[in-house]
Amino acid sequence: MSLTVTPQQAPTGRSTGPIANTLTAGKLPRFAALWVLLGCLAVTTAFFVILAVASETGFNIAAAVFLGVVLYGVVIWVLSRVVEGTRKAKDRLVTALVSTAFTIALLPLISVAYTTIANGVPRFDLQFFSESMRNVVGAGGGALHAIMGTLLITGMAALISVPVGLLTAIYLVEYGRGKLKHGITFFVDVMTGIPSIVAGLFAFALFALFTGDPGIRMGFGGAVALSVLMIPVVVRSSEEMLKLVPNELREASYALGVPKWLTIVKVVLPTSIAGIITGVMIAIARVIGETAPLLIIAGFTTSMNYNLFEGRMMTLPVFVYTQYMNQGTDVQAYIDRAWAGALTLILIVALLNVIARVVSKLFSPKTGR
Amino acid sequence: MTTAPAAPAIKAKQRPGDRVFSTATVVSGSLILVTLAAVAIFLVAQALPAFTAEPTAFKGDAENFWQYVGPLVFGTIWAAALALLMAVPVAIGIALFISHYAPRRLAQALGYVIDLLAAVPSVVFGLWGITVLAPAVQPFYTSLTEWFGWFPLFAGPVSGTGRTILTVAIVLAVMILPIITALSREVFLQTPVLHEEAALALGATRWEMIKLAVLPFGRPGIISASMLGLGRALGETMVVAMVLSPAAVISFAVLQSQNPTTIAANIALNFPEAHDIGVNILIATGLILFVITLAVNMLARYIVERRKEFSGAN
Repeated sequence: MSLTVTPQQAPTGRSTGPIANTLTAGKLPRFAALWVLLGCLAVTTAFFVILAVASETGFNIAAAVFLGVVLYGVVIWVLSRVVEGTRKAKDRLVTALVSTAFTIALLPLISVAYTTIANGVPRFDLQFFSESMRNVVGAGGGALHAIMGTLLITGMAALISVPVGLLTAIYLVEYGRGKLKHGITFFVDVMTGIPSIVAGLFAFALFALFTGDPGIRMGFGGAVALSVLMIPVVVRSSEEMLKLVPNELREASYALGVPKWLTIVKVVLPTSIAGIITGVMIAIARVIGETAPLLIIAGFTTSMNYNLFEGRMMTLPVFVYTQYMNQGTDVQAYIDRAWAGALTLILIVALLNVIARVVSKLFSPKTGR
Repeated sequence: MTTAPAAPAIKAKQRPGDRVFSTATVVSGSLILVTLAAVAIFLVAQALPAFTAEPTAFKGDAENFWQYVGPLVFGTIWAAALALLMAVPVAIGIALFISHYAPRRLAQALGYVIDLLAAVPSVVFGLWGITVLAPAVQPFYTSLTEWFGWFPLFAGPVSGTGRTILTVAIVLAVMILPIITALSREVFLQTPVLHEEAALALGATRWEMIKLAVLPFGRPGIISASMLGLGRALGETMVVAMVLSPAAVISFAVLQSQNPTTIAANIALNFPEAHDIGVNILIATGLILFVITLAVNMLARYIVERRKEFSGAN
């Protein structure tokens, strides 16, 4: 491998002229990489500013940064190759590439956050949260029906998934052995990979067969579809948390003559409750943004509907989707509502994540010392 | 340590509470297996009529179900493969950056930042893809067809809106980045420190250390992480439904306005208006998607399982 190339770099070569410090010879100065990066960015920025002024278009910051980083990769490689040799040069090039990969991932994140906030704020007003879309054509209207529907359906899904998921996790950690445990673990993993739209189709097929209505739409079906997606996440996270409970606690409880189920309820669960709640919150945050299954089984409507078991029910992600896809005559009003809905959705997800972190900070058992 | 001689096992007293509780846990556990079986059974039950449907029941000029689903399967796999091709190198780069390059104290925070990408709902990504990304990359596509039009993938005529399968694949790549990154990061962090230190002690540079110690150790992990990302990309619906301008074609050209669509997007776009046999046909395509993702996921899990036995990390 490339390790064997090293001897060629022995001090025989390029020993012309006095060397101030033999230990730092053949190395770039300490902050050279940083200065080269700044220099490259400055060059590309200047280039694009001139281009922007010359062609009277906007300044393209993404292209400037991107080309600046590419230029940096080339310059640092050449520089390092001349001063430090091929191996060091390759190392520096990879460092540049890896850091670039990270910055590339940040670009869409920043862009999504910025556009959602910038486009969502105009309609993020009181009317948006206090009115439904009933009889609204063009501007005005709100997403109260969608927010209500999202809360009801997601709440119902949580009501189904949390007991099932938690009990399954308890089975896997406390009781399970043999083939059944192995099978459940494997299929929970497989279930994580079910596409969300297939979960929606499943709920539809289930209720269409049971009710005999070939065009069935109802909120409860949406809750069932979301549960299919949510249960494996709850099982996984709760299982991890239950495994963290030290065996000494269980054994101490058994030694006092406490039955197994009371040990689980009174000792194991309270110890791990913070982690379990965090996991549940994150699971809810994951399914609350699901669109496809709700589009299929819960459908869409413009009116309020509080009944999970009858009629179409709007949800926030579907609201965003339908507002964008079925634009009326006043296009801007529909797009504004879609973005405001997207902003609301992101805020809800962010809030759930924050609550999860706070819960895990506040209620996790205090470790001694 | 003294081990007691094999004493006759003392049977614990069975209390009603114990029995109820343990039964409840077993039932919930089995419920998961039942659900998965039910998903398969109900989909098959509703899909059966589609396989024998009349040629008139299909949209477009498909004669039977397999002709109808063919382009969709192609589009699903093609879009997911393109997304994977873009996401995997970047994800490995990010995972290495977080596990081996970033300052220790920053690493965890940077991990959270990438996880934030996973928290964005897919419909928001769809909205972003169509209003921000598609117009932004369109001029780039135009020059790509001008300069590299001779290359079959970039053949013209270029789409005027940027709503092509390449744009979809870019958004999909962004969406599967977090899952691939998170899993590869975990695997990279499990590399035996002794291997890394041994490589460094022999005079390897950081990249050589990664090439010699980290990547060979993490290869199965990277493969299974990519498969899981692939599974997610195959089933992603809303982005494709919103961004792509679809057509029932099989075409490898990624910059044209005639793009093969995916199974999931086709269902989402047509289901609200479907009726009678149309519903069965869409459910049957869903069944095909289910089988494909199931196969991919099971393969990924199988690789992970097999790896567990000899990794020593678990």
